Amino acid sequence: MANQPITYSSSALFDRRPLHFDPNLRRNRLNQLFTGIAGLFAVIAVLPLLLVLFHVLVQGGRLISVGMFSELPPAPGLDGGGIGNAILGTLLVTLIASLIAIPVGVGGGIYLSEYSQRGWFAQFVSFGNDILAGVPSIISGVFVYGIVVATRVFFDQSYSAMAGGIALAVLMLPTVIKTTDEGLKLVPQELRWGAYGVGASKFVTVMRITLPSAFTPIATGVVLAIARAAGETAPLIFTALFSPFWPEGVFNPIATMSVLIFNFAIMPYEAQNALAWAASFVLVMMILGANLLARWISRMAKV
Amino acid sequence: MLTDPSPALDADAFTLRRRPPTEKLVDLGFRQLTLVLASMVAIVLLGIFLTVFQGAREAIATFGLDFLTTSAWDPVNEQYGAFIAIYGTLVTSFLSLLIAVPLGVGTAIFITEDLIPTVLRDAIGLMVELLAAIPSVVLGLWAIFVMEPALRPVLNLLHSLLGWSPFFNTVPQGPGMTPAILILVVMVLPIITAISRDALNQVPIELRQGAYGVGTTRWGAIFSVILPAAISAITGGVMLALGRAMGETMAVTMIIGNALNFNLSLLAPGNTIASMLANQFGEANGIQVSALMYAALILMFLTFAVNVAAKWIVRRLSLRY
Repeated sequence: MANQPITYSSSALFDRRPLHFDPNLRRNRLNQLFTGIAGLFAVIAVLPLLLVLFHVLVQGGRLISVGMFSELPPAPGLDGGGIGNAILGTLLVTLIASLIAIPVGVGGGIYLSEYSQRGWFAQFVSFGNDILAGVPSIISGVFVYGIVVATRVFFDQSYSAMAGGIALAVLMLPTVIKTTDEGLKLVPQELRWGAYGVGASKFVTVMRITLPSAFTPIATGVVLAIARAAGETAPLIFTALFSPFWPEGVFNPIATMSVLIFNFAIMPYEAQNALAWAASFVLVMMILGANLLARWISRMAKV
Repeated sequence: MLTDPSPALDADAFTLRRRPPTEKLVDLGFRQLTLVLASMVAIVLLGIFLTVFQGAREAIATFGLDFLTTSAWDPVNEQYGAFIAIYGTLVTSFLSLLIAVPLGVGTAIFITEDLIPTVLRDAIGLMVELLAAIPSVVLGLWAIFVMEPALRPVLNLLHSLLGWSPFFNTVPQGPGMTPAILILVVMVLPIITAISRDALNQVPIELRQGAYGVGTTRWGAIFSVILPAAISAITGGVMLALGRAMGETMAVTMIIGNALNFNLSLLAPGNTIASMLANQFGEANGIQVSALMYAALILMFLTFAVNVAAKWIVRRLSLRY
């Protein structure tokens, strides 16, 4: 492994060398150079976040008013308006996705960790889970378009909040399964044995002992998955579509903040562009808030 | 673990509490329920593949493998070829990785190798993680209104200096491949940094101590001991980032220009499979839907191959120490 060329001649190898640190030595200079480069890279890596946050805060934050939350977006070419329907829509679609993905994901994670004994089926599911996590989000939209929108399964409705929620659930599922599985793996085996020892059935053990002890990692993962889903756009463009009106139930097209940003950013109207910035502000605040919440949850458990 | 007491023992000296049938039923039912829920992963994965394949069949029958190498995208004459999009997907993702890998690994080294105080390290780590949380569509908005205008003079300079080469011979006019590559860098950087950071943290302390013990410098230890020990996990992370870059949709769609004509120049607008889907899927009909499904199938195979390769690399290349 150590194929570093030795730069000094072999006779000098055994010379008595000074013990004080000499910053002018070649190797020390190289060290400083590399440290500088790594530091520069770190600064470059952090810069985009600061710039994006700065612009979102400035361009979006100055537009925040009560009307922004209570009004509908204006028709193209008109000024004013708000993003009230999109905020509601994002909450609704994310809620639908969570209601599907969390029970399925937690249940699947319980199977993997508590019941499967890591046989071929469990390995297959874990592998499939990793592959599903890598499926591009737009493909999930294509999938839900194919099975829900094109087939009109829900009361002959094509685009709907439900379809959008299902598409987001597909994206959330791998994260929830993975965090549940890993969280349950961390529960000490002695807790389970103790429960069996006092006569609890497996179901009671899982529900009353194992799952509650793994609550923190699971909750952290679920909050992060929800935050990620709330910001997703690609699966919603042709499943939930968009609507300039207030939400009309879960089986109709619905506005979401992410699709609003996409639609309004590429419009040649200033009022719409401004609304896109305002929606970005609200969305980023929600997502960063959820991320900090997740951190707080996991910090609480460690204390 | 909880086996039933056999009935033969029942009459013996000690009485065993028999588990009531309802309890057994609940136990068994819960087990089957979780099994079904776990199977949902396989069902969804299979469903995705079948849906996309079924949708693509018509286009596969019509265009065959020529779809991969021709670049016509003509809804009027119903001629479709995805070469521009496939080329754009591969070029943008590989070039973005070329920039993001040194940046990400460098950052990871900077925040794991005790070069700066812990507070600063944690702060940088937190910021990179939060960068991953910013929605792609917000980055796209930022790219349109802030990054691209700021980048334009640089790209103009690039064009005037390197305009003789086919890769820079178009005048930058806003959206294009280069801004798309740069926004992809921003998107994959957190993945590479986070995975490299974990990989470097997992290198045993003994390896570092050994390296310092034989008298190497900090960067000598990093280059010849620590990085080689962590290389498999880092490579796996890079592959995951590659998969993410290929499938990334929104930010790229908003800034790449969605060109229908092929152009070698990196300053010209381009297209990717994902952004083609995002732009056209909602309004497509007839065989165009099928052609888009065919493109989606190709994208799925690309990301599938990359993700499987990532798993394989992590398993095969990991050093035994």
